[in-house]
Amino acid sequence: MNREPSITTDAELVPGTAAFWRDPEKRAIVFQVVALILVAFVSYYLYSNTQTNLERQSIATGFGFLDKEAGFEIGESVFAFSASDSYADALLVGALNTIKVSFIGIFFTVILGTVIGVSRLSSNWLVAKIAAGYIELMQNIPILLQLFFWYAIFYESFPSPREALNPLSGVFLCNRGLVFAVPEAHAAHAAMGWALVAALAISWGLHRWGKIRQARTGQIFPSILVAIGLTLTLPLVAWLLYGAPTGMDVPKLNGFNFKGGVTVSPEFSALLLGLVFYTAAFVAEIVRAGIQSVGRGQIEAAKAVGLNTSQVLHLVVLPQALRVIIPPLTSQLLNLIKNSSLAIAIGYSDFVAITNTTINQTGQAIEGVALIMLVYLFFSLSTSLFMNIYNKKMALVER
Amino acid sequence: MKKLPTQKREYLAPPITEVGFIGWLHSNLFNNWYNSLLTIIILLLFWQLVPPFFSWAFINSLWNSSAAECRDIDGACWSIIPRNVDFIFFGFFPEDQQWRPGLAMFLLLGMVFYSKDRNRWKKSLFVYWTINLVVMGTLMYGGVFGMPVVETAQWSGLPLTFMLALFGMVAAYPIGVLLALGRKSRMPAIKTLCVVYIEMIRGVPLISLLFMSSVMFPLFLPEGVTIDKVLRAQAAIILFTAAYIAEVVRGGLQAMPRGQFEAADSIGLNYSQTMRLIILPQALKIVIPPSVGILLSAFKDTSLVVIIALYDILKTTKVTLSNPQWTNYSTEAYLFLALFYFICCYSMSSYSRKLEKELHTGH
Repeated sequence: MNREPSITTDAELVPGTAAFWRDPEKRAIVFQVVALILVAFVSYYLYSNTQTNLERQSIATGFGFLDKEAGFEIGESVFAFSASDSYADALLVGALNTIKVSFIGIFFTVILGTVIGVSRLSSNWLVAKIAAGYIELMQNIPILLQLFFWYAIFYESFPSPREALNPLSGVFLCNRGLVFAVPEAHAAHAAMGWALVAALAISWGLHRWGKIRQARTGQIFPSILVAIGLTLTLPLVAWLLYGAPTGMDVPKLNGFNFKGGVTVSPEFSALLLGLVFYTAAFVAEIVRAGIQSVGRGQIEAAKAVGLNTSQVLHLVVLPQALRVIIPPLTSQLLNLIKNSSLAIAIGYSDFVAITNTTINQTGQAIEGVALIMLVYLFFSLSTSLFMNIYNKKMALVER
Repeated sequence: MKKLPTQKREYLAPPITEVGFIGWLHSNLFNNWYNSLLTIIILLLFWQLVPPFFSWAFINSLWNSSAAECRDIDGACWSIIPRNVDFIFFGFFPEDQQWRPGLAMFLLLGMVFYSKDRNRWKKSLFVYWTINLVVMGTLMYGGVFGMPVVETAQWSGLPLTFMLALFGMVAAYPIGVLLALGRKSRMPAIKTLCVVYIEMIRGVPLISLLFMSSVMFPLFLPEGVTIDKVLRAQAAIILFTAAYIAEVVRGGLQAMPRGQFEAADSIGLNYSQTMRLIILPQALKIVIPPSVGILLSAFKDTSLVVIIALYDILKTTKVTLSNPQWTNYSTEAYLFLALFYFICCYSMSSYSRKLEKELHTGH
């Protein structure tokens, strides 16, 4: 006789046979409920303490203070700001200053980091050792100390405006910052801007067309050379069409300071130098690791099929190296943005510095700190979103 | 049969450009035209920069003089360090009691050197550390054996820097491990809480948490309760470091093969046994080198407490510089501090690299 083995099915086991603390699913629910209650309780406790404290010290709550008059001046601002403007305007100035230093900082950091990372792998012993020494030195000194150092250099080692260093004609270095000549405002500049936009658009179109043609006929279109040519010539043509204005706004010594030209404040310069030099060391290590991750065989194979050096680099090495580089690079660039908050220590008016002033004036610490956190979370999330999109574009497309 | 020539063959010596010092120069510095150009440019730059720096730092400099004597020289005034060394290292700690933090720092350094050897990583090491920390705490706080009490508000300089970094790490580690386990948990509510915490902390700068500790924490506490400023900053550093440790530990947990979990399940271990006996011992071993990296950045980050006016070693240096006598010698003071931080951080990072090599037992 063929007897079926008896199987205990789940249905027989489950209903009410085991105590609920032996059932992992029910236990999980209990754990989570307890955890949530705990969190809720702690939050409520802190909230009620805060409420009593605020009432006792008669501190206002809410974001009503944003519309009030700020009553303080800001050293540097992207748009015109005066003490009679509102706190909201002041905070906007701070946020824009943070964005300004972060953008410029990221731009130079990526360039310097790449140069040092490539130098680290140079066949020139001296270059490789200097790059390695730079990386070790910068990574192991706190960025705040570096900021103080650069700031002190500006304030102590550079002369007063009267005896300003003049390394190039029209460029002055003094303890009020870096002052340099800019072309005088002229209608030609707007036209040159538009010409640049047009050049970029045409280059992009040509690049697409070149790709399609290459797919069809195999002929390679030198889109990079053409793009460089276009971006240089079109603005030049616009400049010539407007009569080639050459007027320069040269800074002149006026009393104790310079008048005219563009001044980059010592605070901004010190912050930028500190951020760029510090973060570039980390970026260099990432770039080095990325390049080293591309196997030797890949490069040899590419050479074997007859690609030249630049083709090997941007058709074989870079696409693979970037895949390794981008995720850690993103986190380093985020670190740069977060570290720009150290501006407060050397008196650059970034978002944190202005929020701190606001907290000191209004006493509304909770709103202030919440604003700082929100703004930086927004910066962080939007940067990582952008880098994730880029990363997805670069990622290996698997069949 | 033809006789083969028996005399020795004379070998030519390799060309002089391929061996020895000249060969090395040829292959490392002058192997093609642009490398030769680069080498020459760098050497010229060195020639321009090194002699003036050398004469500034070593020849025209003063090492132990008054500030007034420094005004007459061209070189560096290193005297700022020996003349203010007490304040830079120990800050506001009462002057006649400064042997106490000195001894405490000596004990700490001794303990660190003792723990470097991996053969000593046993339970006894843990006991030694506990004893050492208690002794250090007693030395700092006093109140026994006739040592007058020194409030934490007066702890400053080097002990504060080390304390913030060390306790930041030690206290943050268990929290970080719990957060990492929570993030890997299958319970949605707990997972969400942990993810939100970790991502939020990692998304904001440390300075915002330090602000929170200095201006917001006091509002959270019930009436009449106050917590010292140093401890509040310490709490902020712990909360901050925990989120970074959680991510490092999560990396270790993810590196564990599935088979380890399944094997633990199959021999009937429950969750806490699985984690305690099987997973964490292996995962934590993997993450030792990156944890040293976190300690390193925690150590560098302690300098940020300057901004909320705590007197760590950077702030005591700045206070020294605000003394009108010494105002002009900030380059010297900052270079000295940079050297101090560099020695500490470089030894940590090279130790971490060494550990990584030693612990890498796979293929």
